[in-house]
Amino acid sequence: MTQSTPSDYREASARSLRDTPSVRTSVGSATRTFDAHRVSAFSEVEYDRWKDWARDTKTHALTHLDTYLAQASAQLEARGVHVHWAETAEDALSVLDEVVERHGIKSAVKGKSMLTEELEVNAHLETLGVRPIETDLGEYIIQLLGEPPSHIVGPAIHKSLDDCRALFHDRLGTPLDADPDTLAAAARDALRAEFLAAGLGISGGNFLAADTGTIALIENEGNIRLATSVPDVHVAFVGIEKIVPRFEDLAGFLQITARSATGQAIGLFVSLIQGPRTPSEIDGPKEVHVVLVDNGRTRLLADDTAWEALRCVRCGACLNICPVYRQTGGHAYGWTYSGPLGAIISPGMLGLEKAMPLPHASSLCGACVDVCPVRIPIPDILLHWREKAVDAGLAPTGETFGSKAYAGLAERPASFAAANAALRWTPWRAAGRALPILKGWMQERSAPTPSKKSFRQMWKEGIE
Amino acid sequence: MSSTRVALFATCLADQFYAEACADTVRLLRQLGVIVDFPEGQTCCGQPSHNSGHRDDAISMVRHTIDVFKDAEYIVLPSGSCTGMIRRHYGQLAGDKGQQLSERTYELSQFLVEVLGVESLGSGLQGQTLAYHHGCHALRELGVENEPLNLLRGAGAEVVDWEADRECCGFGGLFSAKMPEVSAAMADHKLETLPDVDAVTSADGGCLMQMSGRAQHKRTGPPFVHLASLLWRGVQ
Repeated sequence: MTQSTPSDYREASARSLRDTPSVRTSVGSATRTFDAHRVSAFSEVEYDRWKDWARDTKTHALTHLDTYLAQASAQLEARGVHVHWAETAEDALSVLDEVVERHGIKSAVKGKSMLTEELEVNAHLETLGVRPIETDLGEYIIQLLGEPPSHIVGPAIHKSLDDCRALFHDRLGTPLDADPDTLAAAARDALRAEFLAAGLGISGGNFLAADTGTIALIENEGNIRLATSVPDVHVAFVGIEKIVPRFEDLAGFLQITARSATGQAIGLFVSLIQGPRTPSEIDGPKEVHVVLVDNGRTRLLADDTAWEALRCVRCGACLNICPVYRQTGGHAYGWTYSGPLGAIISPGMLGLEKAMPLPHASSLCGACVDVCPVRIPIPDILLHWREKAVDAGLAPTGETFGSKAYAGLAERPASFAAANAALRWTPWRAAGRALPILKGWMQERSAPTPSKKSFRQMWKEGIE
Repeated sequence: MSSTRVALFATCLADQFYAEACADTVRLLRQLGVIVDFPEGQTCCGQPSHNSGHRDDAISMVRHTIDVFKDAEYIVLPSGSCTGMIRRHYGQLAGDKGQQLSERTYELSQFLVEVLGVESLGSGLQGQTLAYHHGCHALRELGVENEPLNLLRGAGAEVVDWEADRECCGFGGLFSAKMPEVSAAMADHKLETLPDVDAVTSADGGCLMQMSGRAQHKRTGPPFVHLASLLWRGVQ
């Protein structure tokens, strides 16, 4: 399957709606269920106070990023962890080259990690002759299908149960009418052998506590626990923005993230990883690498408005509530991170030109603001990128011309009134064919019905 | 006792497509003893340019609007979205003068409840079953949520539950032209979940135009009526 890019958004979203309407159904149903669970989970706690705390703690960590990263790194190294600083994706991937060669790795089991998607770890492993195996059930499904994740928490939510039945029937020999438990059991059987055979386990990291050098991982399936403890070598890729100051901060973040993501009080498994197996321990990896990844994050941090997006804990609540995301799921956005989150971080991380038009993939409805556990002002950041795009000359010429002309008219009320009145006389069908800005409106909707007279005219004649 | 005096900001879209709703706003306010002015120099609040990133163009419209309404005690709009533009963004776009204007600006139902203290309008909507669409900016920028519902119910209407009543209709101004396919799918969700009602109403003409345009295209759906017109019917 060809992966689209952000610049294809309009076309990709239209194609998704036209050619795969079941995606809209599956995504709509899954996101509305996730969101209902979030609402219920936060009805039990002081939501606003939790959000204030999470916002302030993350902001503090980001404004002292260098100090806390150095602290975490020193703690990890003191316990025998190999810490790597990766400015780019290439730097991060090169850590794998050395590990794979030294240990003669043939296969690697992976816990779900969006950062490894961003870095394209699987493709890199394949070039090294290593077979990557996704072990999260959703990730496993889309890996079998050769697709990227469509949601940062539920990577396969764009697939229906019947899609999964057909896939597992074909690949794992389960009956075509298998129930979800049977499907999960078949995946578990297939994956268990992979865990035992793999020489390398790869994970991301939800949080990194600076004072103790602890990586926290949240999951529901136990696959991350296995991937980070069974193979002899564990490599964790951790974005530098995942830092929190103190071990005890994890107590708050583990809960607010789980409640925001799935409505659970806490993930069914929480792994706290601080280093390789010690002489007194009977299991765990013999060698642990932590790769601290920048890959555009400091570039985003340097932006005076959009830096707030780095507080993101990747809970997916903004995707779940987003009426735009709900129509197509994540693939249309053409990048690892989709929905409102993708739209606000892509211009900072990929560069504005590559990210356009994602900041416009929003009606600015603001539903995301209410659900963000770290209070990222998402619509403000969307507007900020739209303004930056105008400044950089990336807005469509017709739109720039139109906005200038409109603003000019708006300072001359008589001319404005005349021009505005023309809206009522516009032959919408013909205009829809001629003007690109109206074409989209007219092909999807009936023409608006103008009033018989403008209000301005009615006022002049007197309102009865 | 001196009467309350308001300046009506009709808004560009309503001036041409919901002129009757603007007239009903005037009729309703007059009925409630309010003197209504219509400053003829009014044009556009600047939202289309602002939301598409053309900040400088927006600022010139903002300054013009501030000038036109500088003497008004209250500015009332039959639109949650344009009111949200003024309330939420004018301070930041035009400093103190913008902030001062924003503090005197109200969406119609908000003005009736917050300023005039209206609790009940009459019983003109007796027997009407309505679905109310919460426009995003009225709901989230202004916090207008129960005001229109209470006024409609107070006038005798039954406002029914609608699972998607707080979900965006997909209008979003230029969004509907830039991303028309997704925008239409968003309107479809509204229509797919719409209960059986006599009419759909909202404080925003843009949302009504979006949903009714899509409903007509698919040849389905009840009438879409502006809140101002229903409230005027309510007092009768």
